[in-house]
Amino acid sequence: MSSLRRSARHIPQALAALVLLLLVIAAVFPGLFAPGDPLAINPADGFQPPNTTHPFGTDGSGRDLYTRVIHGTGPSLLIGLGATALGIGLATVLGFVAGLGPRWLDFGTSRVIEVMLAFPGLVLALLVMVISGPGAFGATVAVGLATAPGYARIIRGRVREIAGSGFVEAARVQGRGRMRILTRHILPGTARSLASLATLGLGQAIVWVCALSFLGLGVAPPAAEWGALLNDGRQFIATFWWLTFFPGLFIVLTAVSATVLGRGLAKTTRSVS
Amino acid sequence: MTRPLLDIRGLRVRFGDAVAVDGIDLRIAPGECVALVGESGSGKSVSARAVLGLAGPGARVSADALRVVDTDVLRLGERGLRALRGGRVGLIPQDALAALDPLHTIGREIDRTLQLHTKLGAIARHERALELLREVGIPNPEERIRQRPGQLSGGLRQRALIASVLAGNPALLIADEPTTALDARVRRGILTLLAELRDRGTGLLLVSHDLDAVRGIADTVAVMSGGRIVESGPAADVLGNPAEEYTRTLLAASPVGVPRHTPLLSASPVGVPRHTPLLSASARTTPLTTERHTSALTGTAGTEESPAPILVARDLTKTFSSRGFSVPAVRQASLALFPGQTLGLIGESGSGKSTLARLILGLESPDSGTVDLQGSRWVPAPESTRRPNRHRLAAIFQDPLSTFDPRLSAAQILAEAHSGGRSIHAAAFASEISASLDAVGLPQSVRSRRPLELSGGQRQRLSIARALAQNPDILVCDEPVSALDLTVQARVLDLLDGLQRERRLSLLFISHDLDVIRHVSDTVAVMRDGVIREAGPTERVFDSPEDEYTRALLADTAARG
Amino acid sequence: MWAGARRVALRIGGAILVLWAAATVTFFAVRLIPGDPAQAFLGGPGSQASAEALARVRAENGFDLPLWQQYLGYLGRLLRGDLGTSYSLHAPVADVVGEQLLGTLELALWSLVIAWIIALGLALWSVAGGRVAAHVAAGIEMTAAVLPHFWLGSVLILLFATGLGWFPAIATPDARGIILPALTLAIPLAGFLAQLLREALQEAAAQPFVLTARARGESRVGVFARHTLRHAAGPAIGLTGWAFGSLMSGAVVVETIFARPGLGRTLVSAVQVRDVPLVIGLTLVAAAAYLVVSVLSDLAERALNPALRVSRDALVERALEAETPAAPGTFSTPGAFGTSGTSEPSGIFEQPETSGTEPRA
Repeated sequence: MSSLRRSARHIPQALAALVLLLLVIAAVFPGLFAPGDPLAINPADGFQPPNTTHPFGTDGSGRDLYTRVIHGTGPSLLIGLGATALGIGLATVLGFVAGLGPRWLDFGTSRVIEVMLAFPGLVLALLVMVISGPGAFGATVAVGLATAPGYARIIRGRVREIAGSGFVEAARVQGRGRMRILTRHILPGTARSLASLATLGLGQAIVWVCALSFLGLGVAPPAAEWGALLNDGRQFIATFWWLTFFPGLFIVLTAVSATVLGRGLAKTTRSVS
Repeated sequence: MTRPLLDIRGLRVRFGDAVAVDGIDLRIAPGECVALVGESGSGKSVSARAVLGLAGPGARVSADALRVVDTDVLRLGERGLRALRGGRVGLIPQDALAALDPLHTIGREIDRTLQLHTKLGAIARHERALELLREVGIPNPEERIRQRPGQLSGGLRQRALIASVLAGNPALLIADEPTTALDARVRRGILTLLAELRDRGTGLLLVSHDLDAVRGIADTVAVMSGGRIVESGPAADVLGNPAEEYTRTLLAASPVGVPRHTPLLSASPVGVPRHTPLLSASARTTPLTTERHTSALTGTAGTEESPAPILVARDLTKTFSSRGFSVPAVRQASLALFPGQTLGLIGESGSGKSTLARLILGLESPDSGTVDLQGSRWVPAPESTRRPNRHRLAAIFQDPLSTFDPRLSAAQILAEAHSGGRSIHAAAFASEISASLDAVGLPQSVRSRRPLELSGGQRQRLSIARALAQNPDILVCDEPVSALDLTVQARVLDLLDGLQRERRLSLLFISHDLDVIRHVSDTVAVMRDGVIREAGPTERVFDSPEDEYTRALLADTAARG
Repeated sequence: MWAGARRVALRIGGAILVLWAAATVTFFAVRLIPGDPAQAFLGGPGSQASAEALARVRAENGFDLPLWQQYLGYLGRLLRGDLGTSYSLHAPVADVVGEQLLGTLELALWSLVIAWIIALGLALWSVAGGRVAAHVAAGIEMTAAVLPHFWLGSVLILLFATGLGWFPAIATPDARGIILPALTLAIPLAGFLAQLLREALQEAAAQPFVLTARARGESRVGVFARHTLRHAAGPAIGLTGWAFGSLMSGAVVVETIFARPGLGRTLVSAVQVRDVPLVIGLTLVAAAAYLVVSVLSDLAERALNPALRVSRDALVERALEAETPAAPGTFSTPGAFGTSGTSEPSGIFEQPETSGTEPRA
């Protein structure tokens, strides 16, 4: 009974993993789910509400929204992954430098993190965008840089927690060298935290990149990317609701799944340590 | 016979399928102190809380009778229970630091009990609160009443907690481990206070794991194990002439008055050969005179024919500073450790003994002073020169759990230790691991378990096994048994003793527990405020202490017996 | 008392230092834009900036001077409250900020109030309602916390503006016009705050002093009101500063959806036309507002929870008890410098439980 209950606790995580898996398949083989051409124009069919031939409706040029959303999965996930990789990568470097370096280096790095955290997140991303310029690349870099300081602080905390732990002290008493302690205890100990951070971060990054695209600063229409689709439908929110609703739904689905999965990972991390 | 204050018959408490208390009987008359004694998990705390209807969430309580004076507790509704709690029955929960809300002043805690159980007005309540604080022996009540638990010392906190319980003027007082984690003299004060209350007619249910703590205050002792009372009767009978094997084990587990090298528990499950007390005479007849020890301890060289000390610490000083405040943790401390001998380091919490251990282990750098390991400089020295000799100095700590990487299994931890850190591949060191587990009396079945899945005693055994895997000459033991139940403590002490003689280990044994120190040490050093006040052979220091502080410290234990 | 004033002074001093560092970072970051800085300030190479506009920007920023003189001039102008001139709006940036700030603050304040009401309701319901309610509440909170503003905003418009017609889809200056934008900002924040509050309440309810209080005859409600709520409220109030930061982020999107005037919408259009002086000015003002609220909420948390105030005696006592004071992480002592000592979750990342490793004083 208790094992049943325990596995019941994992149902949300299993569902989240399934959703993400389907999204990845759709990203790699969009033709499997939507064989049509996402860019095919059919002006006669413009602004059709959802119906049997167009389950998500059509846009002003008569393009099938369902096909466009499915084909948008790839670019959206890719940009999200890029931003997450940049953010986590930078954060890992900063976090380890601060967490393991000498005190002055920790002080300096921590101050840099703190200053970056003084800007509200999306505002920092916009500041980066004015330097990097608009577009998919600019948005990826902006979101990556803007999310890095938050992650860096968490990673630094985790590294310091392990480095100051009783078992690292025990290893020092046993005469283990710095490299050995790093590879035996600190790296494996942070790996799980990094995995959960990256999963949670993916959801966050996709939402932010899409927000930038929605604001007209990220991926430009008519490319089939979720944020671009949102931007497309932005001026029709009150009239042709499906144009923003369905791409948004996919973003929400991705973000919720990533969060559920990331939290699950974080929970197992905590139960081990 | 007077009507009992508390009458329990056939009390059972179940959590789901687990039976925590399995049919116990207990009666307490006014002015009587009943001690409920047992190891952790024996169900004693749950039984005590069940009296107040606070056995815990999900607990199912049933009994043939559960009466306080003439009230049937099981029939009471929430309102009736609330009148009972704090009113007729007061509960002093364990660990005063956690039991008092850190955001409330102690005055507010007392005031709340008065509000709930008396009709006094605000000014009268304040007066009464001051009176209560005076009654429990808190000096300066006008000042203390405005303070929060974090601002009080451990002893004052415990007294404040008692005052807040006494505010309801309870006829029956339940004290759950009221002396655990307190230093000897504070413990004595609290017990005296409880005895006074009993003499004034309050019924007292004392819940404790420590038979020595209840000696002298309890009229009746009930020994609990596995949810049942295995033996009960007048204190003198149960403590003096126990009928049950379990009670005998509990009593034997106490190190009080047990000479050095005598196993505490005869039925030692440990795989080392058992030693009779006779054999241990050889160790005690080591020709070491008082003078020689004293001189070695102060750091001057011993005479030629004496065995050379394996480790000598000279004038170690360490001051911590934090935001402008300096806290001297260790001042001019010197000591010497001889091969195959145990040096016991006694001190109350905060005396600097753990810092001294960390200095000796090279985990902390001293401001001044040195440590030599068999003639070569150990501290101060660069870590790289120290590392090749690190294996000679091993350590075990009070909280072994935190010293294990939570990701590794017991076998991996031992493989790591046997390989000198090169590998955690358990299969490659199967025979070494097996021997290690045998040596510390751990079953082979723990191999695949993680530290979190082991019991407290098993964890300490595993940490001993890990320490021994590096084949050390010296084992630094920092409060190694303080977190353990008495019987588990006895087994670990027996284990350490056996291993010490088998391998001729030198032990630096740190503890705040005088009884433990006296049982395990050849020589002792007494530490206070970072200074070693007195050092010498165990018998000499305990029998004729020279230092004033040592005398005061020892007087407390002597008075307890 | 003196220690309290010192703490406040340190905290404010730290915030000013962070602001200075932020301004410095901004100054040098903008110099990373390739090409002629005057050109970059006027919308990049693509813009057809007139020669006299370029000359004016050069003179105003002293682009022909050495970098350090430019920097000092920039700091000097900042100190005088001169944020430069917006070329796209043809107005001093300070004036633009002055016009837009109030709208955003109003929106943030409303959202904060609504979010707290929803969060308290959710947390209380899940605490009082037993296991099933707790699970349902946890699901709702988590979903709410990750809802993107752009989507939530459009769904709310669809429901309440187009569908039911209760509120206007475009923000109007009256109270009715602020409901939907404020709700859009408040719902994700409420989800996050409720999660935090529920965890804090559960943690407080498991503390041993709850048993003490109940053994004294305190009722469940009494325990909640006198003990647990106060323990849980401290961290939640301390987080308000962080929450304000997330509201500033959200305002960028929400003001755009609802066509509501404010810092966020101005910032978006400034980035779109690469109006560099305006972007810098708005960013710095957003950071300053965020810092002010962070400091205030941090101080409020300390006022509410006096146990956090470290007295000299307690410090020495603790140092003796632990025997290893001055843990390596001394830099994170609160108030030493800026915001690091608070228990807020790492700025952007909404995961308080994985971040709680900073030692607290």
